[in-house]
Amino acid sequence: MLQYKSQAVAKPYFIAAIALFIGQILFGLILGLQYVMGDFLFPEIPFNVARMVHTNLLIVWLLFGFMGAAYYLVPEEAETELHSPGLAILMFWIFLIAGALTVLGYLLVPYARLAELTGNHLWPTMGREFLEQPTITKVGIVVVALAFLYNVGMTILKGRKTVVSLVLLIGLVGLAVLFLFAFYNPENLVKDKFYWWWVVHLWVEGVWELIMGAILAFVLIKLTGVDREVIEKWLYVIIAMALITGIIGTGHHYFWIGTPEYWQWWGSIFSALEPLPFFMMTVFAFNMVNRRRRNHPNKAAMLWALGTGVMAFLGAGVWGFLHTLAPVNYYTHGSQITAAHGHMAFYGAYVMIVLTIISYAMPMLRGREAANSNRSQVVEMWSFWLMTVSMVFITLFLTGAGILQVWLQRYSDDPQPFMVVQEKIELFYWMREVAGVIFLIGLVLYVISFFVGQRQPEASAKPLPAVSPAEA
Amino acid sequence: MSQVFTKAMARNIFYGGSVFFILLFLALTFDTIKVLPERDNRANLTEKVAHGKAVWEENNCLGCHTLLGEGAYYAPELGNVYKRFGESKEAIKAFIASRPVEGIPGRRSMPQFNLSEEDGRAG
Repeated sequence: MLQYKSQAVAKPYFIAAIALFIGQILFGLILGLQYVMGDFLFPEIPFNVARMVHTNLLIVWLLFGFMGAAYYLVPEEAETELHSPGLAILMFWIFLIAGALTVLGYLLVPYARLAELTGNHLWPTMGREFLEQPTITKVGIVVVALAFLYNVGMTILKGRKTVVSLVLLIGLVGLAVLFLFAFYNPENLVKDKFYWWWVVHLWVEGVWELIMGAILAFVLIKLTGVDREVIEKWLYVIIAMALITGIIGTGHHYFWIGTPEYWQWWGSIFSALEPLPFFMMTVFAFNMVNRRRRNHPNKAAMLWALGTGVMAFLGAGVWGFLHTLAPVNYYTHGSQITAAHGHMAFYGAYVMIVLTIISYAMPMLRGREAANSNRSQVVEMWSFWLMTVSMVFITLFLTGAGILQVWLQRYSDDPQPFMVVQEKIELFYWMREVAGVIFLIGLVLYVISFFVGQRQPEASAKPLPAVSPAEA
Repeated sequence: MSQVFTKAMARNIFYGGSVFFILLFLALTFDTIKVLPERDNRANLTEKVAHGKAVWEENNCLGCHTLLGEGAYYAPELGNVYKRFGESKEAIKAFIASRPVEGIPGRRSMPQFNLSEEDGRAG
């Protein structure tokens, strides 16, 4: 049951997010197999194309998830209907069609031809990691983002202004503004890389943390019933730490691209502190759940909310710290260590926060009071554990591969060529692929959880034992 | 967190801290951009070099390779390819031009990009 009718626009966004998530994982499995069977699907889908699809689908489905989250939580926070549900639905279709056409473009024509067809030479922005989209697609992303911000912003303006929706809005505005650097592509490679990180780093280690924090705070308010004042105070401290450490932390990308050496100090010191906000998110989530004033029947959502903090801390925090100090990064830069970190960080922080809000909101979007049936939740919790544990193993295997790679290729007295080393560490890539298959099984279970136990009654929660106000 | 530490204090730390570190970041950026001309060999940034960057981008080379360590980790770094190929541009061009269209059975293979002579020289 929705508090506000217009929250319903979140539903197609969440469904599209999950559908694209499935596509992302299928392409991930193709890539993993290509690591060990080099000619797999060659020349039909070469590695570079599959990788582009894998990473771009990830970004697009997370954006669908963020937008869905905003459309769901902003009306409830602002205590008013969304400014324009029609605009939200229109933008949904524009974004989905533009995304689908872009991915089809990647798959059906050679990339150079796609660049030609879309007039890349007029305003070259293509061919940079994660920003491979044709310039016209990038313009489309900006249009969708502006319409979305207008819609959400107007809703907040006319309604109650809470810290949660304000922080979410700051994060989303930051996301849109920083994306504009995707249009700046100087011929000078140092400058190109310098500002490219303003999109990539300041997204995932900056403003996206605000979005994550706001969504987590919203879900925790709803699930635990803890006083909003307490949760909002935590939220401020967490996002303060995120920006204080993360902005200068950008320096860990400026070690070896031609920028001044002082970035090795700034980058090392500040990015060594970057685990802090993620650690605090974990403490925050567990603390709020311990101090809960009610038991919520949606236990699956609670599991995701607790899991995202822990996994973000491990993936972004610990695995980031592993290779962020300049003297370490000198050896590990651009190795499988980076890949290991990237996988668990994205999963822990951003995949899991989107799955948290979907888990919380979907029952209401589908007409339930507060939660799915027990049966559905059990399947969903199985999918949580399968995906999360297999992601831990993907990360561990890639870390093993990375340590060996760094040693054999860069550290030993007798460094060996790249491809020679790749063959030597093949076993780790095989094990990663097996873990990837288990991840897919978890994802299939996740999808199944939406279809089981539909006709069964909602799960109920045991009431908390009554406590006197003095004890509380 | 106790009552001594209020929400208003937390909010001020967020806004104050963020603004301070954004300004510091901009100052460092300003300094970096100022000293870059002494570091980035921009005098050698000819039209051919710019064309080479376009070839790199429009063929999505970073989908497999890294450049200065950034990109994908499926194929070797290209910042040092000139050295690895015995400082021979001809060897690099010949390698790119001779990639079999159907790949190499069982192995990772670079696609045949059909680069023009001009693209090959620049790339």
